[in-house]
Amino acid sequence: MKHLFPAISLPFEGRRPATAGKVIPLFRPDHKFERGEGESELVVENLNVHIKQQHILKEINLTIPDKKITCVIGPSGCGKSTLLKTFNRLVDSVEGVRVSGRVLLNGEDIVGSGGMEIINLRRKMGLISQKPCPLPMSIFDNVAYGCRVHGIRNWRKLRMIVRHYLEAAGLWEEVKERLNTPATRLSIGQQQRLCLARSLAVEPHFILADEATSALDPISSKTIEELFIKLKQHYSIVMVTHTLRQALRVADHVIFMYLGQVIETGPAEQVFNHPADKLTQKYLSGSFS
Amino acid sequence: MRFRVLKDKVAGGVMFSLTALSLLLVVVMGAGLYMKSAPIFDEHGLGELLFSSSWKPMRGEFGFLPFIAGTIWVTVIAVVIAVPISLLTAVFLVEYARPVTRKYVFPALDILAALPSVIYGVWGTLLIVPFISDWLAPRFVDFSTGYTMLAAGIVLGVMILPLLVSLFIEIITSVPGELREASISLGATRWQTTKSVVIRDVRPGLAAAVVLAVSRALGETIAVLMVCGNLPEIPRSLFSACYPIPALIANNYGEMLSLPSYEAALMFAALILFVVVLLFNLISRVILYRVEKNVA
Amino acid sequence: MKLKFAEERLFKVLMIGATLAVFAFVGSIIYSILSKGWGAMSWDMITKLPGGGFYVGKEGGFLNAIVGSVYVVGASAALGLLVSIPVVFYLNVYLKRGSRFAYVARLAYDVLFGIPSIVYGAFGFTIMIYFGLKTSLLGGIIVITLLIIPIFIRSMDEVARQFPREILDAAYSLGATRLETIRVVLRQIAPGIATATLLSVGRAIGDAAGVMFTAGYTDSIPTSLSQPAATLPLAVFFQLSSPIKEVQDRAYAAALVLTLIVLVLSILGRYVTNRFSKHKLK
Repeated sequence: MKHLFPAISLPFEGRRPATAGKVIPLFRPDHKFERGEGESELVVENLNVHIKQQHILKEINLTIPDKKITCVIGPSGCGKSTLLKTFNRLVDSVEGVRVSGRVLLNGEDIVGSGGMEIINLRRKMGLISQKPCPLPMSIFDNVAYGCRVHGIRNWRKLRMIVRHYLEAAGLWEEVKERLNTPATRLSIGQQQRLCLARSLAVEPHFILADEATSALDPISSKTIEELFIKLKQHYSIVMVTHTLRQALRVADHVIFMYLGQVIETGPAEQVFNHPADKLTQKYLSGSFS
Repeated sequence: MRFRVLKDKVAGGVMFSLTALSLLLVVVMGAGLYMKSAPIFDEHGLGELLFSSSWKPMRGEFGFLPFIAGTIWVTVIAVVIAVPISLLTAVFLVEYARPVTRKYVFPALDILAALPSVIYGVWGTLLIVPFISDWLAPRFVDFSTGYTMLAAGIVLGVMILPLLVSLFIEIITSVPGELREASISLGATRWQTTKSVVIRDVRPGLAAAVVLAVSRALGETIAVLMVCGNLPEIPRSLFSACYPIPALIANNYGEMLSLPSYEAALMFAALILFVVVLLFNLISRVILYRVEKNVA
Repeated sequence: MKLKFAEERLFKVLMIGATLAVFAFVGSIIYSILSKGWGAMSWDMITKLPGGGFYVGKEGGFLNAIVGSVYVVGASAALGLLVSIPVVFYLNVYLKRGSRFAYVARLAYDVLFGIPSIVYGAFGFTIMIYFGLKTSLLGGIIVITLLIIPIFIRSMDEVARQFPREILDAAYSLGATRLETIRVVLRQIAPGIATATLLSVGRAIGDAAGVMFTAGYTDSIPTSLSQPAATLPLAVFFQLSSPIKEVQDRAYAAALVLTLIVLVLSILGRYVTNRFSKHKLK
């Protein structure tokens, strides 16, 4: 049996003997979950983003490695969030934005794409925003929304998907009795996990987390961090974070940005322990933030 | 799958055309009124139309001065009555009143805003007109029916009150609290703060609100028509009858078909209203948008 | 030094006076309509059509005007919603924040909102002549629809602009198209739409100048779109100008009915806003 989330060790075995031994037909039955190496790798080449007269991102070149947690650090206003929004093309909804350069996902440029490509792209890029943002509907509908949008109407299938991903986000036990209550009644930490489940339900390749824990209490943010560490076996995770300590805890790969430029990038150990750039050293030692 | 994107695009197109079409209404309206009133320009010059006071449609004389004068006078009276009351009320509600008070005042203003103009007309004929003819006018002039410019002004003033109050409140609340605190910490009283800091800060906004209310007053028809007396003469005093432009249009719509130039004259009256109100609205809205932006 | 406290007190008194004046106006209007209208009110008034000799004081009621108003305003509100919901959705979802076109559009709707209904009436009348229509239910519906669209759009747009952008972003990042977010958006702003509808309908039902030219007046209930239709405000207006006391009384009764309808709509609107949106500040 191929578990989708072996690392989370879903409590499937004991309680659902019926499905044991066969792959649960999920979102797309033909879907091969095990992606090959490098299949979810993102390469950014000479990326420039202007918003009106402002030059937000300047000549960005970097690689987001496959199935790792990549932390983007840097002082606020340095363009971290814009970078994330470029990855799923949400920058499009900003008035007066100009994007140039290339962002290659599995070798395909996503900057110049349009129409259906954007919709598929956004599906591949699950976004977790700073403030949990449940849709104004029930818990069940929140998770099912993405699937319904993508054409899954079968109720039993939806139920299975919802359960599966709520379990993956560690929320199922807490909400299984009240799937039909409005999502806004959940605590803020639960809401964030709900948003995670909602993103996972459309089967993304990436998880883009934009300071996903900054609005949460320490315990909830620890839960999210642990989830991310488990999820990185199957997803490439890009985290924008404000707190250096969080980056130290979870990062495999680090990107340091300052004023719209990438100053330094590399494996976490290297960047944290032997920063090459003066600016990085200063930032890590806490002389500015 | 492509179908979804197509649907999105098509819906966007449909919605855009709905928006554009409804916006075109402004242009179409202006053009339509102009075309209908064009014949009158062949017979009379614009100056003669606007500044002659001889109104004899059957003889082909169309001097709009009495109506224009009536409109302006009634509007001025309404503004003179409404602006102080609404400004004081708005300041009171924002700067002084407790939430409980607001809870009672807002519904009252809501009701005032919701009442149809014909109801204001009924109220005018029931209360204001007798008040003027029996009580107020005898102290100043020999005789008045009560159906006067003053009555129209009072009714109109009350009608624009809720609009003015709500605009004023919006504008006054846009002043940041720090400004008030700064002034109060210098030892100014609350009223001094309001007068010299808050109101000074938002003067353009307040002016825009008044302009907007004026444009609303200019077009008010039925209520004014019911109490203004409807005599096509230039009003001589507060206690003489007057005849504003909207009332002129409303009163004569039945007859105008018989005389082509009469119809054109009435359409010209509508055009005047349209143009003036359009300009006033444009100016005040642009200013108000700026005020709004400062808040956000 | 004393002066500034005296000034403070003086203006406080003036302000309270002004606020009380507002109450006095509301009270006197409601009182005069109620006291005059209640005496003239009877069951016949709202259940019967005008009989023979109605206008010289014989029996009958103004059911024709009530039904006419409901026809005109109901149809216009339906048509108006059909146009304005897509427009509001377009302005707030399809167009980006800070878009030039959205600015111009909002400005134009505000201007349209400010144009007096008598001008709408005159304009509608010229259109009707152009198409060879006589005063009719259809004419009234057309003009009131034009009149109501800017009111709808303005008040709904106000609500829709409060809609949190993050929710849209969340829906997009799940792969929804802009059109597919409509369910989410509608669900969120439904109370706002309900309130806007109620208040706009309240305005439309009381508008006399717009229907005066276009819907005309008649003693019977219209059975087709091409027949003229009576409306409540005009029932008040025409009957009040009669010299006969019984007819005038009917005007007061009609005014009472109109006032009640408008008040109920306004109170309902406020109730919906308070009931369904907890954090909305007035």
